[in-house]
Amino acid sequence: MKRWRQRGRGRSQTRETSQQEINIACRDVVELVTNYLEGGLDPAVASAVEAHLQLCDGCDDYLAQMRTTIRLLGRVPLHTLSTQAKTDLMGAFRDFTASPRP
Amino acid sequence: MTDQSARPSVAPAVLVDNAALADNVEPARDDAELLRRLREGDESAFSGIVDGWSPMMLRVARSFVSTEASAEEMVQETWLAVLAGLHRFEGRSSLRTWVFRILSNQAKTRGVRESRTVPMSSLGGDEGEGPTVDPDRFRGKEDQHPGQWTAEGAPRSWEPSPEVSVLSGEIRGLVAEALLLLPERQRTVVSLRDVHGLTSDEVCEVLGITMANQRVLLHRARARLRTALEIYYYGGDE
Repeated sequence: MKRWRQRGRGRSQTRETSQQEINIACRDVVELVTNYLEGGLDPAVASAVEAHLQLCDGCDDYLAQMRTTIRLLGRVPLHTLSTQAKTDLMGAFRDFTASPRP
Repeated sequence: MTDQSARPSVAPAVLVDNAALADNVEPARDDAELLRRLREGDESAFSGIVDGWSPMMLRVARSFVSTEASAEEMVQETWLAVLAGLHRFEGRSSLRTWVFRILSNQAKTRGVRESRTVPMSSLGGDEGEGPTVDPDRFRGKEDQHPGQWTAEGAPRSWEPSPEVSVLSGEIRGLVAEALLLLPERQRTVVSLRDVHGLTSDEVCEVLGITMANQRVLLHRARARLRTALEIYYYGGDE
């Protein structure tokens, strides 16, 4: 069961007591994770996301799953040139080597 | 698993192991060393960068032209242009960036001829808007904590982990398949970034898109792929 670990912090109260603290709902955090990972967020928003992640298991798991997804993508097999194309290119390289410099 | 009949056909191509290739990508310690070896005619140096960079170049090329054959031709022509210009290369950018720039120029010439399918530089339509996570998974406005995960909506952990699981081969296949189902521009960006390991700057430059545009496409693509994995673990009840 995913719950906020600290439940006593009302959003309006936090907003009034500190300007630095921005409260972001989970619904918005999931849309910010890529920008967060890319380092593309304003520092204030980035720390708000960080603070949220500290408190929210659901969003922490969401971020972890995005990271897992990224790592899995790094293991997808790649298409490469056909053997013939590679052979032709190596031939072109030998010609390049044999020819005098321009 | 996804409906097999809906799977787009994959063009016959040589497949290589991504992880094995990564060890191969930088055969030289640095650019200067690599350049020296290439200019001296070191075949293993050339073979190394052709093997290491051609997959990502093919992916880039594929976003500009409509067939795999044209993409392969474009990559071959790029390598020939690289050889033709190798002695003039001044090293003001990295060698890889320079190679990509030549590829981009090839693409512009060819793209005009073949009129690429989807313009990378325009964003919009159904792939650029709306939430990436089902809104029903969050508490409503009337709730005391609007926008928070509901008890049922919160992500559940993936057990066993897709990375260590005996199912990891199957999961890799699933990810590759889910990639093919993404809208074209999302697929291009997420492939270049996460499959091929290009930097965000490289992706923006080679595709001619803004950083903001790139991030939106990347985010939407990753979110869809995460959802595909979630459905694999828990079924598609959303």
